Amino acid sequence: MGYHMSLSIRLTINGLKREIALDDPRVTLLDLLRERLHLTGTKKGCDRGQCGACTVLVDGRRINSCLSLAASLDGAEITTIEGLADGEDLHPVQAAFIAHDGFQCGYCTPGQIMSAVGLISEGNAGDDPERIRELMSGNICRCGAYQGITEAVLEAQKDLAERNRRDAA
Amino acid sequence: MPLETTSPLPQHRRHGSSAGQPLTRRDGVLKVTGRATYAADNHPDGMLYAVTAVSSIARGRVTALDVEAAKAHPGVVEVLTPANRPPLAHDPDEKMPPFGFRVEVLQDDTVRYVNQPIAIVIAETPEAATEGAALLNPQYEVEPARTGRESGERFDPEVIGIGAPARTAHGDIEAGFAAAVRVTEADYVTPPQYHNAMEPHAVVAQWDGDRVTLDMPNQALALSCASHAAYFGIPAENVLIRSPFLGGGFGSKAILNGPQILAILAARMLDRPVKLALTRAQMYGPVGHRGRTWQKLRLGMDEEGRLTALHHQALCTTSSFDEFLEPAANASLPLYASPAILAEHEGLRLDVGTPGPMRAPGLASGSAALEVAMDEAAEACGMDPLDFRLANYAETEPTTGKPFSSKALRECYAEGAKRFGWSGRPHEPRTMRDESGFLVGWGMGTAVFHCPHFPAEARATLRADGTALVETAGADMGQGAWTALAQIAAEALGLDPDQVELNSGISSLPDGGIAGGSGHTASAGLALHNAGEDAIARLAELATTDPASPLFGAGNIGVVARAGRLHRRDDENRSESYAEILARAGRSDVVGTAKAARDPAVASAHAMYSHGAVFAEVKVDPDLGQIRVARLVGAFAAGRVINPRLVRSQYFGGMIWGASFALHEEAIADRRTGRIMNADLAEYHVPVNADVPSLDAILIPEDDPYVNPIGVKGVGEIGITGTVGAIANAVWHATGVRVRRFPVRVEDLIISREFA
Ligand code: FES
Ligand code: FES
Repeated sequence: MGYHMSLSIRLTINGLKREIALDDPRVTLLDLLRERLHLTGTKKGCDRGQCGACTVLVDGRRINSCLSLAASLDGAEITTIEGLADGEDLHPVQAAFIAHDGFQCGYCTPGQIMSAVGLISEGNAGDDPERIRELMSGNICRCGAYQGITEAVLEAQKDLAERNRRDAA
Repeated sequence: MPLETTSPLPQHRRHGSSAGQPLTRRDGVLKVTGRATYAADNHPDGMLYAVTAVSSIARGRVTALDVEAAKAHPGVVEVLTPANRPPLAHDPDEKMPPFGFRVEVLQDDTVRYVNQPIAIVIAETPEAATEGAALLNPQYEVEPARTGRESGERFDPEVIGIGAPARTAHGDIEAGFAAAVRVTEADYVTPPQYHNAMEPHAVVAQWDGDRVTLDMPNQALALSCASHAAYFGIPAENVLIRSPFLGGGFGSKAILNGPQILAILAARMLDRPVKLALTRAQMYGPVGHRGRTWQKLRLGMDEEGRLTALHHQALCTTSSFDEFLEPAANASLPLYASPAILAEHEGLRLDVGTPGPMRAPGLASGSAALEVAMDEAAEACGMDPLDFRLANYAETEPTTGKPFSSKALRECYAEGAKRFGWSGRPHEPRTMRDESGFLVGWGMGTAVFHCPHFPAEARATLRADGTALVETAGADMGQGAWTALAQIAAEALGLDPDQVELNSGISSLPDGGIAGGSGHTASAGLALHNAGEDAIARLAELATTDPASPLFGAGNIGVVARAGRLHRRDDENRSESYAEILARAGRSDVVGTAKAARDPAVASAHAMYSHGAVFAEVKVDPDLGQIRVARLVGAFAAGRVINPRLVRSQYFGGMIWGASFALHEEAIADRRTGRIMNADLAEYHVPVNADVPSLDAILIPEDDPYVNPIGVKGVGEIGITGTVGAIANAVWHATGVRVRRFPVRVEDLIISREFA
């Protein structure tokens, strides 16, 4: 296969350092995760940066992994939905999505949750639902679970702020 | 907007039953951790990737494909075109009963719509397959695209929707108009819409001799096995479909489509597993859509504002080669009393992919037009829109006179109006403003959806440890089936839902019927309920015939199953646990089975519908014409509620689809080429979080002794109906501009004289 220059990159994925031989320079981060590493929790809804289903954290920032070439990420630290829970202990955002029925089919959910995690950790969420609706609008949910999503993000942000205060004290 | 306006979850707790409780989803943890596996998440060893090349013209012929170039690309394994496509056992130009559509599977070089598959490339990687498909560089002989009312071919359909008559008449329509003191008449247009489930259609196909395993999102497992088997010339039992999770369906995953068949065919030809996932753009063609409609409504009213005639005509689009006509005019059949009702449909063939059922087929488009027409008629009569609807309340099904199996619509109107504050609505339009100067308007619409029931089967196994396994091949596309079905089974088994394991989503289980028509919980649920009762009856038989059991001899008196124990009906203190009964009988389990269907006698004696009322507040920028939905309140009566948390989410989803229909969604075709100019999620607008206002769904209690023995109606689709009209009517009330074309757009307002 002629395009097969062997290109090797290093990534830390969900805390695990990996040396990855890329078989093709065209591979996006999304297709690397899903089709090569079989981390299929991250979803493909459009492959065009229009739906947010593929959202992951790269060096703590939210990105659409379908728009990012894997080859350009050498050295990056990546968190996917699989890396969020601590063993069987769900991340507060995950737990809040269940409690508030923030999903139906679940296909947009990994992306919604990663966006919410990014939003909260950037200190952007706040406690105004209008603001959360606006900032979560890069993630489409065709099932229309938006009310639950907004409630879940509000609660998780409150919960995490509480924890931070306790940790600081 | 405060979130606190949502109503608290009601508790319809039955004594000792988990049904009625707002349990969270059983699959919640899997879905929030990324461990729920959708079709395209599968990677069997040796798997290849398939990508279809699709037509960029709407009508004509493919004259050349550069197969050499595609094959020469590194990683490409095979290219299928009409020249080398292996045979299929079913003619794809023939419809397959009961409601299979004609499909495009490279049977010839004709192109019938944009995005039709014209070749399929199979490669070692997704990148190579994609590039190979791009290298095919198709050449065409192009014929003019028929894209609109002027260029399409009109015809009189034999049937509409799925087997419904194209014309339904009740009473003498002309006599009805002759008796009217007032007549209103208007034309309405609804656009083509695409399901756009977040999960693109996908399949992973693996053959083993003449058996095939398909990982594929699927709303109708048993039916799909039979249809795929017919295409591949193998017995239905040789097809195994695994569909544990669907990333949304909305009707588009109930029907066969060409790309999936081609991928399965490629897997057989190459004797390796093959994965295909459509791109978003490729979903605008071969996997169905909601066809465009042009509707005319004519209403006659007497002095008191009562309908004397209701005439609903719909011109509905379909493809050039198959028929699915949105049964839009039938929206006027179930709702309002009138001595004369006429619903008529005409067909229009365009060069588009064949439409199909999309969430609330017919009723979504038809109710959009009807509810605006009702608003206009109320206005003509000088009546409040709600009073006008109450004046035309149907006590029996309007066209048949049959009693409703249940109908708590009055309560929906009353509760919804109260929660919304409808009584404070000024009659005149354009009289309300908010503190920022935005025009504010209030509108309402009635919601309705039928209650189909599909035959289904189930099995319930009580196990030695006192827990149960229940099984039926159902589908959970987000409605929460896994949770609600387990609750129904647990109730029949006298167990806690935690003690009931549910197996579903795979075709080797007893046929769970179709997840469509809002009938899945009722259909699969009744089968599970009956299987559970059968298992309990068998267990009771063991106990009551065993002299060592405290229940010995209670056979005629009967037993009650509760909390994992059987109790004597006449003496609840005498009881025994399931585990004890099984242990003493030396049994590892007892198995109950059931087939369930609707009783035809009950069905023919009753009209069965879910009902609701939706109230909308919109705000319109007086200068820019920008429209925002500020509030939606829906009150729905749909029989017994198994899980209010999930039901509320279904109503919310439906209402958001209604808002989308009213203000956002429309596929726009280029008139010259027939290409869809917005075949993506950026330009084809579906609501995002910021578009969704504060939602409130009120669950109106309703006991229905006839609809089925578990009293469950459907909730998945009704939320769209009513909502579309409510929003459009609110826009009129805010602005004084009546828009009769969906979606309602800024430009519809600002070009209007009334708006200025
Ligand atoms: S798949 Fe990346 S944004 Fe849609
Ligand atoms: S839960 Fe189905 S798309 Fe969001």
